[in-house]
Amino acid sequence: MRRTRILAAVGAGALLLGLAACGDSKDSSDSGKDSTGGKQVEVFTWWTSGSEALGLEEIEKVLKDKYPDIKFVNGGVTGGGGSAKDLLQTRLAAGEPPDTFQVHAGKEAQDYIDAKQVEDVSDLYDRFGLTDVFPQDLIDMLTQDGKIYTIPSNVHRANVLWAAIPVLEAAGLPTDSAQFASIDEFIAALDKIKAATPDVTPLSVGGTWCQVHLLETVLIAELGAPAYNGLFDGSTDWAGAEVKGALEKFGKLMSYTNADRDSMDWEPASQMLLDGKAAFNIMGDWVPALLDSKNLVAGKDYLYAASPGTEGIYDFLADSFSRTVGAPDKAGAEAWLDVISSKEGQIGFNKVKGSIPARTDIDLAAEGFSEYQQSAAESFKSDTIVGSIQHGAAATIKQGADANNAVSKFTTGAMDAAGLATLQQELAAAFAG
Amino acid sequence: MTTTALTGHFDATKVPEAKKPNAGFDWGRLIRYGLLLLFLVIVLIPVYVLLVTSFKGVGDADPSRAWLPPQEWTLENWKVALLGSKSGEYGKIFPVLPALGRTLAMVVPAAIISSFLGSMNGFVLARWRFPYANVVFTLILFGMFIPYQAVMVPLYKIMIQMQSNWGLPSGIPTLALLHIIYGIPITTLIFRNYYQSVPQELMEASRVDGAGMIRTYVSVVLPISIPSFVVVLIWQFTSAWNDFLFASFFGGNAETQAPVTVTLNAIAHGSMMTNYGVSMAAALLASVPTLVVYIFLGKYFVGGLMSGSVKG
Amino acid sequence: MTRIKRYVPPILLISPSLVLVGIFVYYLIFGSVQLSTTDTHSFPQFAGTVPHENVGIDNFVELLRSKDFQHSLKNLLLYTAIFITGTMFFGFLWAWLLDRRSRAEGVFRSLYLFPMAVSSVAAGVVWRWLLNANQGKDASGLNRLFQATGLGFLENGWTTSVSFGIAAIAMPAIWQMSGYVMALFLAGFRGIPGELREAARMDGAKEWQIYRHVLFPQLSPVALSALIILGHMSLKVFDLIVSVTDYRFYPTKAPAVDMANYMNTGDYANAAAVGVILLLVILVLIVPYLIHTAREDRK
Repeated sequence: MRRTRILAAVGAGALLLGLAACGDSKDSSDSGKDSTGGKQVEVFTWWTSGSEALGLEEIEKVLKDKYPDIKFVNGGVTGGGGSAKDLLQTRLAAGEPPDTFQVHAGKEAQDYIDAKQVEDVSDLYDRFGLTDVFPQDLIDMLTQDGKIYTIPSNVHRANVLWAAIPVLEAAGLPTDSAQFASIDEFIAALDKIKAATPDVTPLSVGGTWCQVHLLETVLIAELGAPAYNGLFDGSTDWAGAEVKGALEKFGKLMSYTNADRDSMDWEPASQMLLDGKAAFNIMGDWVPALLDSKNLVAGKDYLYAASPGTEGIYDFLADSFSRTVGAPDKAGAEAWLDVISSKEGQIGFNKVKGSIPARTDIDLAAEGFSEYQQSAAESFKSDTIVGSIQHGAAATIKQGADANNAVSKFTTGAMDAAGLATLQQELAAAFAG
Repeated sequence: MTTTALTGHFDATKVPEAKKPNAGFDWGRLIRYGLLLLFLVIVLIPVYVLLVTSFKGVGDADPSRAWLPPQEWTLENWKVALLGSKSGEYGKIFPVLPALGRTLAMVVPAAIISSFLGSMNGFVLARWRFPYANVVFTLILFGMFIPYQAVMVPLYKIMIQMQSNWGLPSGIPTLALLHIIYGIPITTLIFRNYYQSVPQELMEASRVDGAGMIRTYVSVVLPISIPSFVVVLIWQFTSAWNDFLFASFFGGNAETQAPVTVTLNAIAHGSMMTNYGVSMAAALLASVPTLVVYIFLGKYFVGGLMSGSVKG
Repeated sequence: MTRIKRYVPPILLISPSLVLVGIFVYYLIFGSVQLSTTDTHSFPQFAGTVPHENVGIDNFVELLRSKDFQHSLKNLLLYTAIFITGTMFFGFLWAWLLDRRSRAEGVFRSLYLFPMAVSSVAAGVVWRWLLNANQGKDASGLNRLFQATGLGFLENGWTTSVSFGIAAIAMPAIWQMSGYVMALFLAGFRGIPGELREAARMDGAKEWQIYRHVLFPQLSPVALSALIILGHMSLKVFDLIVSVTDYRFYPTKAPAVDMANYMNTGDYANAAAVGVILLLVILVLIVPYLIHTAREDRK
């Protein structure tokens, strides 16, 4: 009795699998069926809220002006890059790609390049005349074997220190500049804050990704640009003494941070500055969008500077787009790439988003960009450019994820010597492959 | 024993509670109510925070002031959450109102169709059996327990193909279909258990009359299925309404296509600035429809559970 | 012949469901199992532009050996234990308190059920605040409430504890599901014939003896269904974790979160392997239940 039951179950299961296989055998050979129904460009981004979404609307406007016959289709998804990338990958794998999609410029695009999911767009660089207007450092970083796969729409800087002037005043620290020549100097200032105003968090930080962000600025400061870059091509040893020293500094810095860091994103952490609850915050230059929305003025209420020990270095991250392999509407994708790299597109988008154009032929002052944006653009032209780990310029998606795991394990643990050793070991493993 | 434990007590609500011969002040009663109130307060703590924060202005809505009432009461958060915001002080915020409409359009057909499928399956498996009905039941039931993430990748491929080959519209219709399919196991389970508790004679009688299966189902079974339909509908309504995993994969555009959990997530965890007051107002708004269902159907929910749907 | 004829209609009626379940459950599981035995650890391999190989059970061996995955499994165990104990306790207690025909029973019942109406995403918005880790002067959320109500000794770092952070996630889960278990038990209580209790009382049984010998045995099937429903929800815990903390937050990792993380990084083989492990765990829990039901049916 029992045996026949099992047999029946297996039989039924096999039958079902057979049915399923039949149902599925039809291949998606006819993707691109939409291409006949008028021109359009489906753009996949995770710019779904806040100033990013507003910036996207600016680009849409430019697209409408320049290419009135191309319809914009927003393939944007739920906020947050994590699930967005996942969804994108699934679409690509299913053979239903959007025409163009957002990707962090640099290493993060590597996966798509290796998977042959994005096309070489060097021809477009020539056609749109981009080779002359993007900084050479940036183009070098985007070039692989003589090919370029992505076109950046905007550039952010990750290594910025933000400081609350009222708090500095109360602690008797200088209020004219927040530039620190080294992490050690910075730690001395943090100690002063701790001693003078024990109620104030010396350095505010948010959840895991913000901590990785902090770590990368410490690595840049302690190693310097060449050795930092070496971390990603194997010429600097992740397991070496230099990195160990930097990690110790990072651990030290974490001891000055807020206990509730893991329950917040970057924004509440930066918000602590304007509430007078924290003195310093190291975060990318999307912070002014927050501070300005509260009517705070740079120089009067807050200071900014390159993060401690990184003056003259521009830790960049950029959003970029590419032409998808098998894009249903190639012309649409090219129109989009033209728009996001054009003067009008970059001005419209970046002014709203708070980032700076990747193009260097734009007069930011004349276009009404903020004072911070103007200074950032100056640095972008003159500084040494290095890539961000957290934001995908210097690390692949997997490396970034592994770094996040390792850092979270460290900062939620005892943060002792054993923890440090594990952190270093895991980081080394993450970047080994 | 288990299958018959609760059989035939549809009138349990009318079972009189034994009156305790009790003279004087009823201390037990006081303690009981005291405890009930205490637990009520504990349960409502998060709701309190949601509520007061939703009425707070921008600086006021901060974790450090979570317990304090608003310095100034404002309806602005509710307005922005409902209708959205294009720019200005609040930046870009997706409106919850149209998302509620979309979610309703997804949940109602999904709940009704999967309930009917479950009811038919349950009837067949409980009362119009065929060889290996138990095996079939087990195979269906197992579907309830799969971790959906485990099947997400191949599932996505299938759905994309259905969309491009059969013209299945993405967004709400796709999600409704998924909720119907993945609702089948639990609706089948509940109805089967219910029908098994219905006295066999009822159906035997119609069988003797020579009524066919469909006629028996329509004229005998359906009319007595109301209690279970309430339970199943509520369950399906809630789980489809609150689903985030499927919604985040198949919901499409968070502003124009997706159900409310996705919209809410975009408001609360958008990649840029979060407005707590608006997030909490949106969170409450997103919960209103399910809440309404519980308030108005809560009594029938318990009643339905009682009438034989909860047995192991 | 007539017998076969009789079987045709029911099989026809059930076949649409069977086909759907066959495709959307079994075929997909089959696909996952297949994927989990390959070395598809990157996007290019998944996309098919770089070949992948069959590696048998290597992924499983490595996962089960990895400290991080063991941490996730330990978390899942702890979460499940606390979540189930908590919901069963409160659910039973509330049902027991409400069973005695309380006045305003409807109000209590609806309000106790209310959290179930709140999605995990919405619950995450507020619980992220309540579980704020600050203590002492900076305390907010529950820690502040503890201070204000003289329960200051209860203050703690909630989700930030590596060993017990996951227990804090169980709190909103208990908050959400206790009402449901209450409804189940309430239904169970009401399903017990009054005569049974009355008879026991007549026999001179004390109140607790009535519970012990009359009510509890009658409630055990209800408890079993509750356990099954809670158990399978618990194993899938995901929405709540990522809305209260974060995908990459170490202390609150669980297998379903690992699976999402693996997928995000293109490691589809390990994602599938984690899924299969969860499936196996569920099987272990569920098979005895299914056998039990089948046995009961035969009686």
